[in-house]
Amino acid sequence: MGTDLSLNEIPKLVEAEKPPLLLRQLVFMRFKRHKMAVAGVIILLIMIFYSIGGAFLLDEDESLYTDTSIRLNAPSSEHLFGTDVVGRDILARTIYGGQISLLIGLIAMIVEVIVGVLIGALAGYYGGILDSILMRFTEAMLNIPQIPLLLVLGKLLADKIAPVALFGREFSGSVIVIIVVIGLTSWMGLARIVRANFLSLREQEFVTAARCTGTRNWSIIFEHILPNTMAPIIVSATLAVANAIISEAYVSFLGVGVLPPTATWGNMLNGAYNYIESAPWLWIFPGLFIVLTVLSINFIGDGLRDALDPRALAQD
Amino acid sequence: MVHLLEVHDLKVQFKTIAGYVQAVNGVSFNLDKGKTLGIVGESGCGKSVTVLSIMRLIAEPPGEISNGVVLFEGNDLLKMEIEAMQEIRGKEIAMIFQDPMTSLNPVLTIGKQISEAIILHKKVSKEEAIDQTVKLLEMVGIPLAKERYNDYPHQFSGGMRQRVMIAMGLSCNPSLLIADEPTTALDVTIQAQIVELTKSLQSQFDMSVIWITHDLGVVAEIADNIIVMYAGYIVEEANIYTIFENPVHPYTKALLKSLPRVDSHRYDRLEIIPGSPPDCIDLTVGCPFVPRCPYAIDRCADEHPPLELIEDEHKVACWVMGASGSHND
Repeated sequence: MGTDLSLNEIPKLVEAEKPPLLLRQLVFMRFKRHKMAVAGVIILLIMIFYSIGGAFLLDEDESLYTDTSIRLNAPSSEHLFGTDVVGRDILARTIYGGQISLLIGLIAMIVEVIVGVLIGALAGYYGGILDSILMRFTEAMLNIPQIPLLLVLGKLLADKIAPVALFGREFSGSVIVIIVVIGLTSWMGLARIVRANFLSLREQEFVTAARCTGTRNWSIIFEHILPNTMAPIIVSATLAVANAIISEAYVSFLGVGVLPPTATWGNMLNGAYNYIESAPWLWIFPGLFIVLTVLSINFIGDGLRDALDPRALAQD
Repeated sequence: MVHLLEVHDLKVQFKTIAGYVQAVNGVSFNLDKGKTLGIVGESGCGKSVTVLSIMRLIAEPPGEISNGVVLFEGNDLLKMEIEAMQEIRGKEIAMIFQDPMTSLNPVLTIGKQISEAIILHKKVSKEEAIDQTVKLLEMVGIPLAKERYNDYPHQFSGGMRQRVMIAMGLSCNPSLLIADEPTTALDVTIQAQIVELTKSLQSQFDMSVIWITHDLGVVAEIADNIIVMYAGYIVEEANIYTIFENPVHPYTKALLKSLPRVDSHRYDRLEIIPGSPPDCIDLTVGCPFVPRCPYAIDRCADEHPPLELIEDEHKVACWVMGASGSHND
């Protein structure tokens, strides 16, 4: 049977030898299989498009313009989502509030990742006394409940910081406070993950090999070890965006987060509990946006976790 | 004559909960330019710790280089500032490791890993470094070097990865290459290729090589001189011919007997050395090989034998077989 190989079968064998997939192609393929994560991406893109694109249709002034004569109007052709207690257009406020909520999520995540990765990487790579100090500090931070801290700092600092102009908009100082406070109180989990990974990776032979070629410590940390632990960082960062949006909504709902008249999805809910039944459009729209956004980000995080899992990758 | 590398009375210990592990106990040797030194011994006898100490890559703590001088081109590496040491690593002394599967970073392309060292030490532009990297890859026998520059380690076989490691080691024309069991993880035909490659590159680059192995067969191919280590001590030191033709220390003899031979009979069993190397935490005052030594006398357990010259360029540490021994033949 061995001699039965006819000539025209040989080109097929050559064709079958496709170049191996790059890691990112493999991850993308696996991510696509996760239907909910793909749905999450679509919903999140719609949300982003809604908050950014909507700004071209409605001016920011419309989200701030108060007219008590039309307060608490139900959705109508003029005000698609209705009006709030002082007669502001809820549609415009969800657009501009969305910008701030998403921005808070994004920047708080960046703050969290920078702090968490830095502390985790230094502690894990150098070990010893530095590790002890940084990890005790991390544990101390974990002991402070985030929400009360947010409330206290929000209350204390919110009106102390001058408004900032960014992307052609003016943001109240309380936005900055919320971003910084959320970012600086949520990095501990990530720092621990990064430290654990660094602890095991620094013992790998390729790290010794890198040191053997005279590579400097910072280059080993950021160019050699860090790329090896990107998967958990990416997943953590994704979920951090969702958590930051939730945290912001929480404190703003309690009235000490981002201060009105600047809208966020969170502070639009502030006061809505008085009208839960009489004016449900007050909370339905911002609530719906928060839920959809956070849910879709969580699905994306799940999908990324599965797609980036190295053990699962090895099986394909 | 000034040697390229001189190691005097190197002692390394590791602090553990159970006590100090005496990993290297007063090792001294010299290495001349262009020569190859083989360090042979069982697992855990201090071979790797010795060379890692030369590179100052022992983790401190728990490790500690408690004594010794390592002169490289006349400079004591053990007293050097860490910045100066980083200049020497890779540029003057390069090292390749046992397992090519784990000694390359899985998330960086091999081209980047090699060119990085070139940029770091030779201070050349990125394009120049890429050119040199491709040349190195061709030199170590990677086909289609240019295309493979952007490949990741998992796209290479074990032997090819070891070639990449060698290319990485050679990237800055070091004067000393330390090879820590570079062929142990490879199969026999690839072993031979790597040994041949190292030999030809050695003469091409005029390098000295320290080749660590527990396989005397491999080291016979490449080494000029051999050091046999046991429990952190050098037990015998000689040139390659003497080791194979006239081994003196009982441990060296036992190692040679345990090599499989082409001319042995089919049903002969391979000889083994009974027992295992001692725990280096509580080394006895005597010779560490006593419990496994068929020739041991009372003195062996009480006094440590010094490494003594028994003939030209042949040193042995043994009360029975060595210079002061009665059974010397």
